[in-house]
Amino acid sequence: MPSSEPAARPRAMTKLRVNGTDHSVPIDPDRSLLYVLREELRLTGTKYGCGEGECGACKVLVDGVAVRACQTPVGEAVGRSIVTIEGLAQGEHLHPVQQAFVEAGAFQCGFCTSGMIIAAVSLLARSSQPSVEEIRAAMDGNLCRCGGYLRIIDAVQRASRLSSGAGGAVP
Amino acid sequence: MTASPAVIPFDLLPPNERPYFDRFGNGLVVVLPPRQPDPSGWGAGGPPHGGAWIHVGEDGKARAFIGKVEVGQGTRTALSLLVAEELRLPLSSVELTMGDTDLCPWDMGTFGSRSMPDAGEHLRLTGAATRTFLTELAAVRLSAAPTEVELAEGTAKARDSGRSVRYGELVKGLRRVELVPSDAKPNPPSKWTRAGRPAQDVGAREVVTGNRRYTSDLHIPGMLHGKVLFPPSCGAKLRSVDLSRAQALPGVTAIHEGDLVAVAAPDLRMAFAALKALRAEWEATPQPSEKEIVEYLRHHPVEGEDFWDMVHHETGDVGAAFGSAPVSLRETYTTAYIAHAPMETRAVLASWEDGRLTVWLGTQTPFRAREAVSDALELSPSNVRIIVPPTGSGFGGKHTSDLAVAAARLAKAAGHPVRVVFSREEEFTQAYFRPMAVVDIRSAAEQDGTLTAWEFHVLNAGASAARLPYRVANQKIDNQPSDSPLSQASYRALAATANNFARESHLDEVAARVGADPVEYRLRHLADDRLATVLRTVAERAGWSPRPAPAASGSGRGIAVGLEKEGRVATFAEVRVPEDRHLEVVRIVTGFECGAIVHPTNLRSQVEGGTVMAMGGALFEAIHFENGRILNPSFSRYRVPRFRDIPPIEVILLDRPDLPSQGGGETPLIAVAPAIANAIYDATGKRLRSLPLTPDGTVP
Repeated sequence: MPSSEPAARPRAMTKLRVNGTDHSVPIDPDRSLLYVLREELRLTGTKYGCGEGECGACKVLVDGVAVRACQTPVGEAVGRSIVTIEGLAQGEHLHPVQQAFVEAGAFQCGFCTSGMIIAAVSLLARSSQPSVEEIRAAMDGNLCRCGGYLRIIDAVQRASRLSSGAGGAVP
Repeated sequence: MTASPAVIPFDLLPPNERPYFDRFGNGLVVVLPPRQPDPSGWGAGGPPHGGAWIHVGEDGKARAFIGKVEVGQGTRTALSLLVAEELRLPLSSVELTMGDTDLCPWDMGTFGSRSMPDAGEHLRLTGAATRTFLTELAAVRLSAAPTEVELAEGTAKARDSGRSVRYGELVKGLRRVELVPSDAKPNPPSKWTRAGRPAQDVGAREVVTGNRRYTSDLHIPGMLHGKVLFPPSCGAKLRSVDLSRAQALPGVTAIHEGDLVAVAAPDLRMAFAALKALRAEWEATPQPSEKEIVEYLRHHPVEGEDFWDMVHHETGDVGAAFGSAPVSLRETYTTAYIAHAPMETRAVLASWEDGRLTVWLGTQTPFRAREAVSDALELSPSNVRIIVPPTGSGFGGKHTSDLAVAAARLAKAAGHPVRVVFSREEEFTQAYFRPMAVVDIRSAAEQDGTLTAWEFHVLNAGASAARLPYRVANQKIDNQPSDSPLSQASYRALAATANNFARESHLDEVAARVGADPVEYRLRHLADDRLATVLRTVAERAGWSPRPAPAASGSGRGIAVGLEKEGRVATFAEVRVPEDRHLEVVRIVTGFECGAIVHPTNLRSQVEGGTVMAMGGALFEAIHFENGRILNPSFSRYRVPRFRDIPPIEVILLDRPDLPSQGGGETPLIAVAPAIANAIYDATGKRLRSLPLTPDGTVP
């Protein structure tokens, strides 16, 4: 089978820092961060759900804050630190929020989970002991069509305890 | 990732000719041949289905194969627990392959809550037989009577001598295929030690680390991205199309084969550009709109199609009973078209290798997809392999195979693998919907409230849960399919949601008319003890206090029951409707009984999640359409439940280890809408008879 990668025109490149590694990606103001992550870097843990910023499946951390990658032009992420779901665990050691999602059984199909975990990490970074109301408000932009919201709230509360119990700060 | 070498799919070969050992190494294989469905069951009259096989290898692991698929409903872990239970293995030593048409037994599809009663039972039988063969092998190896051999944690041990041998040792060098004997005896649920206990999902780590690969995540070297040209409105016919501008784009392939017009391009953005470059002329015909839909469906009856279950049930003399009744009531209830809106849109990847086609497809019906693709491309079914990767939910929405056919045709024309993933807008407009339902009910009762007649007619939705769980002497129940202007088909708890909403709302209306308490009134008429138990349990947990008439105090409580697919549910809802009429669901208590519980952690998730999904259809989900156009094809215009919508939901699971395990994915949805409608009535005195109840969030 012949190779089918397009005969690429020479393109101006820039560096994107993702999960602690610099990647060379084409400068193209039209391109969303989601497109670059999934299609160029093949980091497919970040999901496409709606393309209009309504579902939160594409959330990633930019300088520690959750943003919707489908609504973020890649240019805005240049020079900043991007963390995707693939970058949260330290080797075999799951991030407390990931651990809490496992323990709470906080997913069904799992497709929204990356965005949920990223949103929760971002929330816990600014509020280490969020109330249920805070969790609801902070995560209302994330959809779970399987209806796992109560488990997810439980997972975020567990993560909050795991983080404080371990004495470690949530990155 | 590459396609498999050419093989004849296992299900198309007799058990002894299947290359189990070439594929999985030496060992013991035990096969349950496909079976005729239980004539009393949901799939009555269909082709033989199901079957299972289990391979125990020299590594001591059990590989089990089943034709059902996992699309997020948690059956992979539940079914694996049953295999672990029968084989006395840790869960980590069980590998379950689901829905791979090269390797798995033929299955009609994953729908109708059949995974636990069918695949679960098949794996239990196959597991029990495997255990017996392992015991016999161990008896010979350990020079002990089979009755003296004990299996535990992957090891066989002779009770008297204390000698033991691992399963892997027992099957070393073995290449033996056995059939499940008719007297195979699965471990009864009352003796379960692994199944029936809380367990973590077997794929949890991949999910939380972002490493689970869904179909839309797959990538093969050389892969192109495909897009299909769809009509601008339902029913529009293609008059002409000019592919030339698309074909002129670098690396783009454009095809027009039969009804299919599609493009493939080296990257997704180029694929969208190619789609835009197609010049198509369409001929649209006027289509009925939302505002006239009820009358349209009433006037366009059709013969039933495959997905409609039909009911025509008549007992007693309904006409005579109405003639003499002191109390009678006639009302109509409707439910809207709604979308599945799975988080992962429909996705497929097709790849040809040496004339054989492999299709990775997020589907609930892989074997039907094999048939559809092989028919469309004029291939032998043995030259098509469907693999079902982890799928971002289905809810009855992933039954069709058109996208697989499109990807296969594109891949053939382009000479490269092609992936097609629906955009969210395509997902909303080019899939199919839950059918709208129009339900007419007429009932009669004695002065003391005793129901004497029940006439129930459901239009367009289907027969599920149309039958009465109540004792009524004179009944006439039937359904009538209609010519739906919108594409419609399977949906999680499809007709059961509509029929249960209508029945449980109407029953509440009759109870109010005769001044009876809704719980007492149901218990007085219930013909099913198991359902009565669920209702009593929920009423007690919810702190139900009798209310013969609505309080209309702005705060209300409602209750409803449902019996469908051998599951029993009762749901209690408490609502607040303040002066501004803005509805708040304050609390839900729901009880569910589906026989012996296999995987309580997951069942609880299914009941909670199903309740949330049902709240969407109950309160605000509706597809809006006008003259063939879908007006709200996005999450910003089609509202689904969010965090802020969810009240505390208390789930009570009633375990019945003495009864066969039934599915839990659908029935927990069906009492939610009527419970809320009944609570709104209690709060306001206003009876709402159409779903969604509060499209703009307020009680009208």
